[in-house]
Amino acid sequence: MSESEIHYAIEFQKVTKTFGTHSVLKEVDFKIHEGKITTILGFSGAGKSTLLKHILGILKPTEGHIRVLDEDMANMSELQIREFRKNFGMVFQYAALFDSMSSFGNVAFPLKEFTSLNLEEIKDKVHKLLHSVGLTDESFDKLPSELSGGMRKRVGLARALALSPRVMLYDEPTTGLDPITTHMVDDLILSTAALGQVRKMTSVIISHDIAATLRISDYIAFLEQGEVVEHLPTQEFKKSENPIIRRFLDL
Amino acid sequence: MQMEYIKRFNINFIESLGKVVLTNIKAMGKFSSYIGTLFYWGMRSPYRHKLLWEQIYFIGNKSLFIIILTSSFSGMVFAYQTYIGFSVINADSFIGPIVAISVAKELAPVFTGLVVAGRCGAAMAAQIGTMKVTEQIDALECMGINSVQYLGVPRVLACMISMPLLAAIFILIANIGSWVIGVKLLLIDDVLYFSKLSDFMRMGMVYEGLVKSFVFGFLISVIGTYQGFQVKGGAEGVGKGTNLAVVWGMVMVLVVDFFLTSILTKIL
Ligand SMILES: Nc1ncnc2c1ncn2[C@@H]1O[C@H](COP(=O)(O)OP(=O)(O)OP(=O)(O)O)[C@@H](O)[C@H]1O
Ligand SMILES: [Mg+2]
Repeated sequence: MSESEIHYAIEFQKVTKTFGTHSVLKEVDFKIHEGKITTILGFSGAGKSTLLKHILGILKPTEGHIRVLDEDMANMSELQIREFRKNFGMVFQYAALFDSMSSFGNVAFPLKEFTSLNLEEIKDKVHKLLHSVGLTDESFDKLPSELSGGMRKRVGLARALALSPRVMLYDEPTTGLDPITTHMVDDLILSTAALGQVRKMTSVIISHDIAATLRISDYIAFLEQGEVVEHLPTQEFKKSENPIIRRFLDL
Repeated sequence: MQMEYIKRFNINFIESLGKVVLTNIKAMGKFSSYIGTLFYWGMRSPYRHKLLWEQIYFIGNKSLFIIILTSSFSGMVFAYQTYIGFSVINADSFIGPIVAISVAKELAPVFTGLVVAGRCGAAMAAQIGTMKVTEQIDALECMGINSVQYLGVPRVLACMISMPLLAAIFILIANIGSWVIGVKLLLIDDVLYFSKLSDFMRMGMVYEGLVKSFVFGFLISVIGTYQGFQVKGGAEGVGKGTNLAVVWGMVMVLVVDFFLTSILTKIL
């Protein structure tokens, strides 16, 4: 494939982010392939969450530019950025379900807010989404407090998928889950990405979990103290000679 | 040696004083800019009527019973105390207007304010604070929904609508309590009680109380929601925010009451 045929969903162009005097991102310059799963690895405090917030336009770079889905976010107004966020589905570490709403209510929420579907259509769509992440009818009316961590994750995933986003973002999707649930969530990410293949859905994952990352990612980027020190396809990443990465991989 | 010590002490003192002033100015700036955001997003569509009704219901549900309880008893005890004092000079028929006026102008808005600050201001900080630490607010923002518009605006509007209603209920019930004590228990003549009441009581006094409670409703809810949005850290942070919401809500009710009284007595 020649360079011009490759499409990138997200491009960081020399992005620097400074809080006060502390540079959290330092001239980050890398591109995320469209339709692929890219995982950003790094130690705690490396700036992973900060990077994610830049993709969503919640934070603005101090210097540099970010192009997301061929748009420069720097040129967008606050309202345009809000509109633009409908292209993203975000899955939070602890699911971040709205605790006053049932599973059904959580998934229906974005549909009620942003589509003109009628109640019957919303009901259909929500049921389909919840089934697709492996939930059964009896959990539809349960509140988040009545669900297990793994089930909450599933609901969070269904909610993120509700508006058929072009980019799925996962912030530490498996931190705090037991090994079996972790495996299950990873499989869910894989099948979600596979289903999204037809519309070239891009997945960006933030993770600490090396084994899972190697299993599910197409590309891996390694962030160290605000710099992307390596960004390679998974097979090549495994063989990286970079001492920092070797230390991380051999842990 | 001595001089050196004094000099160092002074510098330290000035430094820490400066720090205190700066942090307070910063906090006030943040708070004012929050109020600005509330107004900005309050004016914009979508207007969320359903959330507003939910919040009005929530505030009523949380505080109506306590308001009924406090108003009836404070009306009764106030009537009784007035009787004890005024019967000495044979002026016990003045119970009606004395209770009515002080309840309308002061007791109703201030008590309602304290109850609502304790019940609803606290609940607002706790709810929003919990949403903050469990990333529910981030989830809203990621969907392109402004959290101040979605969570802050309905609560503030609901509180500004509910407070005068609750204060009006307070006024009504406190006066019934006073009437029960004065006429039924202390056997003041019914006709005399009401004639004195209509001699001294003015509608403007009720308006004064309602305007006050409207302002208190604004203050309590703005402080409550602001403290919620400011929460950092886990459950501990939520507790701290809730606490601050109650303390500042109550203090501001009492402080602002003084200034409002001096302004409103001139106008109404
Ligand atoms: N709003 C902010 N203001 C000041 N400093 C911040 C802010 N957000 C993040 N930081 C700092 O940026 C650094 C990176 O934070 P970030 O949350 O991006 O790390 P992370 O890689 O996601 O870590 P973790 O794996 O622990 O989640 C930290 O040192 C943090 O203190
Ligand atoms: Mg993080």
